[in-house]
Amino acid sequence: MRVLIAEDHALLRDGLIRLLEAHDFEVVEAVDNGPRLVPALVEHRPDVAVVDVRLPPTFTDEGLKAAIDARTQVPGLPILVLSQYVEQLYARELLTGGGGGVGYLLKDRVSNVADFLDAVRRVAGGGTAMDPDVIGQLLARSTKDSPISRLTPRESEVLGLMAEGRSNAAVASALFVTEKAVSKHTNNIFAKLDLPPSEDDNRRVMAVLTYLSSR
Amino acid sequence: MSTVATTEAPPMRYPKFAQPWIALFLAILAELGIALFVLSVVSVPLIAVWVGIPLLLVVVPTARWFANCHRTIMAGFLGERIPRPYKQPPIPGMLMRLRTILTDPQTWRDIAWLLVNAVIGFTLCLLSAVLFLATLFYLVYPLLVGVTPKGVFTEPFGGLFTVNFWTSFVMMPVALVAFLIWQAAGERLLKANAFLARSLLGPTESARLAMRVRELSESRAETVDTQAAELRRIERDLHDGAQARLAALSMNLGMAEEMVARDPAQAAALLTEARESASTALSELRDLVRGIHPPVLADRGLEGAVKALALTCPFTVDVTFDVPGRPHAPVESAAYFAVAECLANAVKYSAATNAWIQITHEDEKLHMIVGDDGVGGATVKPGGGLYGIERRLAAFDGTLTVVSPNAGPTTVIMELPCESSSLKTTPSSGTA
Repeated sequence: MRVLIAEDHALLRDGLIRLLEAHDFEVVEAVDNGPRLVPALVEHRPDVAVVDVRLPPTFTDEGLKAAIDARTQVPGLPILVLSQYVEQLYARELLTGGGGGVGYLLKDRVSNVADFLDAVRRVAGGGTAMDPDVIGQLLARSTKDSPISRLTPRESEVLGLMAEGRSNAAVASALFVTEKAVSKHTNNIFAKLDLPPSEDDNRRVMAVLTYLSSR
Repeated sequence: MSTVATTEAPPMRYPKFAQPWIALFLAILAELGIALFVLSVVSVPLIAVWVGIPLLLVVVPTARWFANCHRTIMAGFLGERIPRPYKQPPIPGMLMRLRTILTDPQTWRDIAWLLVNAVIGFTLCLLSAVLFLATLFYLVYPLLVGVTPKGVFTEPFGGLFTVNFWTSFVMMPVALVAFLIWQAAGERLLKANAFLARSLLGPTESARLAMRVRELSESRAETVDTQAAELRRIERDLHDGAQARLAALSMNLGMAEEMVARDPAQAAALLTEARESASTALSELRDLVRGIHPPVLADRGLEGAVKALALTCPFTVDVTFDVPGRPHAPVESAAYFAVAECLANAVKYSAATNAWIQITHEDEKLHMIVGDDGVGGATVKPGGGLYGIERRLAAFDGTLTVVSPNAGPTTVIMELPCESSSLKTTPSSGTA
């Protein structure tokens, strides 16, 4: 699988390259600044790009802007954004473009290698990978009169994991329950949130996230 | 106070028909002031024979009290406050007080005012009062002629001519003339007197500067204190949190390194522990950074940061933002933390279901309004969150006003000086 990396910090960049290459990813290019990023993305069209939010020269949200920009030029270009902190505003901006193949994770999630690689593969496959922090904040925002408050604690847990971008099987193994139980919960959630059922995993997550963030 | 209305004098606060009576009262006071003037002037040479010292210590505070009463009354005529520009003795003690009294130029200006007020102030006030009283007098003139014995009121204007009850109605037009003059000039006379008083009772330019310096050094001292406290907090958080965790992490790694060949399973467990410790350290550092300077504020400026703030609230927050460009970083940061604190207060105490934030730039000021539809009852009290914001804004000459009746809603209005010339246009908006 071909990966493009954008990270200005040399140590982290080398670490990422080493980590990904050790797991049979091919790193096509590693850029260290914002202006170089969009042309590189458009030129290489990688299977997935791992992009840091803060990049030179402005050290603000160059990476995020480049990601959004590149996705308008190449719709559906899978990009996983890494950041030192997660901001709902940015998560919403990434998601508003529509289509799958986006992720937004805290940098330290990389340290859990298995989870990180799973997220990279999910984004490359057109899925989503949202940081549990973002989902946690979204769920915590639910007020008395919102449909989210009608969910049972278990259902909220399932919704949280689902919104991170996990499949039913992954949710089942994370919660130590059977896949059948998960699909029962999912149906309940959809009924309570008035979301029409759909076969497409990604559309399901997108619908949930859009619902959550549009409140 | 609005900065627009500087060219036009603010309106008088007393009702029209109360003015003559206040003027009369002031005229009487002005003559009483003469006694204080004489006592003050006499007591100074008497210092030589010691009697002057206790005399001054009594007379000067009395004169100040007297002047302060006038400052309050005159403020009503002027429509604005007259500051009290007295010096405070730097250290307690009778001689020091005496010294401060004698060297305070305001003491002498007060005494000068006593004299001026007794002469000019008295004349102006009396004139204003008499014009109105003359109106009343000539309206009831025929009645006076009728009820008083012959010879008291029958020969007006010093006996120029003689009238009886019926012919005395001739004097009625005089009432009209007096009324018209009073209508035109009465208020002006009182204002003139008030301006005169202000020029002597108000602070001189140097006293005004001295007061400003005192205000500034107070707010600077508070700013320095807050900064020092903030640095101590950061130091403590780093020392107890991230630093300790990183130490544990490097210890675990050392043990794992030593154990990896002997006991791989144990080494793996230690590595897992080390990774968790690193994650926690990172998350603590992240919180710390947010508290110092929120990254989103650096990235997106005030607008983005406030919108991001609104997103994390458990209720809906409407954000209106109209500022051309970005203010200077310190102003921007102060504005952000002020809004964040107001919103945090609303989340904690108001039980609101809706809030709104309005940020605009007008008259070289950043206006920030944070409102909610909650239970209200918010007050600014020392040690409280709103007091903290007030102090933080004071460091920039900003102000905070809270309107929060007991059943709500709460509105916090904040103003922060911010010159348009210092507003930078946003770098790279849209695409990078």
